[in-house]
Amino acid sequence: MSEKNKAILTGRHFFSGDLACAEGALAAGCRFFGGYPITPATEIAERMARRLPQVGGTYIQMEDEIASIAAVIGASYAGLKAMTATSGPGFSLMQENIGLAVMTEAPCVIVNVMRGGPSTGQPTMAGQQDVMQAKWGSHGDYEIIALTPSTVQEAFDLTIEAFNYAEAYRVPVMIMMDAIVGHMWERVTIPPADQIKIVNRKKPQVPREKYAPFKPDEDLVPPMAVFGDGYHFHATGLTHDEEGRPRTESIKTQQTLVQRLCDKIRKNADKIIQIRETMLDDAEIAVVAYGIEARAAWSAVRKARNAGIKAGLLRLITLWPFPEKQVAEVAKKVKTIVVPEMNYGQLVREVERAAKTTPVTFLSKLGEEPHKPEEILEAIKGGKH
Amino acid sequence: MAEQTTQIAHPLEPFLRKTTIPHIWCPGCGDGTILNSFVTALKELEVNLDKIAVISGIGCIGRIAGYTNTDSFHTTHGRPIPFAVGVKLANPELNVIVISGDGDLFAIGGNHFIHAARRNIGIKVICSNNFNYGMTGGQQGPTTPLASRTATTPFGNIEHPFNLVHLAAASGAVYVARWTTLHVRRMTESIKKAIQKEGFSFIEIVSPCPEIYGKASKIGTAMDFMNWFKKASVIQNFSDPAQAEITAEKIPVGEFVDVEKPTFEKLLREMTAQAQGKVTGGA
Repeated sequence: MSEKNKAILTGRHFFSGDLACAEGALAAGCRFFGGYPITPATEIAERMARRLPQVGGTYIQMEDEIASIAAVIGASYAGLKAMTATSGPGFSLMQENIGLAVMTEAPCVIVNVMRGGPSTGQPTMAGQQDVMQAKWGSHGDYEIIALTPSTVQEAFDLTIEAFNYAEAYRVPVMIMMDAIVGHMWERVTIPPADQIKIVNRKKPQVPREKYAPFKPDEDLVPPMAVFGDGYHFHATGLTHDEEGRPRTESIKTQQTLVQRLCDKIRKNADKIIQIRETMLDDAEIAVVAYGIEARAAWSAVRKARNAGIKAGLLRLITLWPFPEKQVAEVAKKVKTIVVPEMNYGQLVREVERAAKTTPVTFLSKLGEEPHKPEEILEAIKGGKH
Repeated sequence: MAEQTTQIAHPLEPFLRKTTIPHIWCPGCGDGTILNSFVTALKELEVNLDKIAVISGIGCIGRIAGYTNTDSFHTTHGRPIPFAVGVKLANPELNVIVISGDGDLFAIGGNHFIHAARRNIGIKVICSNNFNYGMTGGQQGPTTPLASRTATTPFGNIEHPFNLVHLAAASGAVYVARWTTLHVRRMTESIKKAIQKEGFSFIEIVSPCPEIYGKASKIGTAMDFMNWFKKASVIQNFSDPAQAEITAEKIPVGEFVDVEKPTFEKLLREMTAQAQGKVTGGA
């Protein structure tokens, strides 16, 4: 069996979201995992510890999550597709180096199997409490990409896409998976290798003397050399020019760099953002939901339709960059929006901002259980009159 | 009569990234000496510079990665070691060298140091120990001597300092040495040895910080530091690292550890081969 075939387990499987995520990473070409055990993400590390050596990759359990993300960035600079997986407390520890990955444009994937917080919170219980942290957790202005699966199949599919986005835009990409999706078991179909779209980072097309490691192409993304290839290039977390030289006192360099780091995501948002619309065409009430909550919302919308209420569902797959335009378009069509989340009010703020004058009802759920369809249905009915 | 002058390139020029120099270091700082020794070691070993990666953290010496004409990365504070671990494991062919300061490696980054040493990952760590946080203005750090005055110990330091060679040896480093910036030749030889050595190697360089620490501690100028190093240094090769504490009277220097132990990369290679079914007798 070739290494590629060992990495892509084409066929039907019964997986948890965590396992599907690990298999998606392997299928995407991930060959380095640095992590630290944490509930409810540990199964990803365990799967990678077993599977990476089989495909010639490297698994290492680091001393903490700070080291895990640092090693992932190092492996990325040495040319490998690299990933880590964690949960809230570990995600918090990673934030500074997520900023480093943004600043040095290191392609990498960070999985956060979300549990209940703050602090140690509820380790074995699910939450959606880290979705704002995914965008704002590190200091400074920056943009990242964050995806959220609602099914185990999607955990597999989106992990592949996460690597593709990371490579295409040289940015950390996050899989924000609530622990219910992480731990539930469903059927997953892994397609043949030749049917899986793989994106690899652009390599420099110029000789070493002419290579400027942070000089972007038209898409605002610079080609990336690999340590050991003879380019002798420098990267730093300091504000730097296109050559990679620190420019800590240049206003212009700071403006140019920070704007480009944000704009390479913002200006490509339409290409990045993924949503799913269900029964929205004639809808008067829209539910905007993601992750496990979107499944309850889907059920609620169907029940509403059966009761003669024109409800529809906007399911967010991309959380960041926030699908502002898509939410705004839905908001224009409907009279009211319902947002159920497993937190005390996070992404709803973004929805409200995009919805402008359309009223938004927020449904909060804290603790393991997502909303019951009936609870969302009640809110839909409440918004009907 | 006009004399003809010819420009001769500095012999170390190919090893330095000219576009980032002049460096930021103060007059009398030991970091330039460390950079000189390091690139001299590269030159004398005739290594392929394409296969060298220099990784640094934050602090004065942290800028060194930008000055070497190799692949280099200036990480966040305290994190050059785990970054270097990722580089080394992703491409074990690379010679990955961490050069950073005492605060970066042993305060904020202390956990990474002991674990990389314990795993015997084949990275080399060179520490510029200047007894304080120079870049932020001279605060107390993990190697500041007891009773020493700094910006944050105005009444004298009440913390016991690390004995770095003891820490490295106890954590599992296979090569451990300490020199001062006075010992340029010996330092260079140790760096050469570390570069050629398999496994986790550690070299502490006791380094003067006359502009910041020298003033606060009243040690004085760069010359005063050099005179202290000259007077207090005692070469004690392969003596007990536990007894190698630095005091005002004595700076034990030399090679303390030089042993062989399977590296993480070697064990990883073997385990991977077994997992891939290339080795018989596996589970």
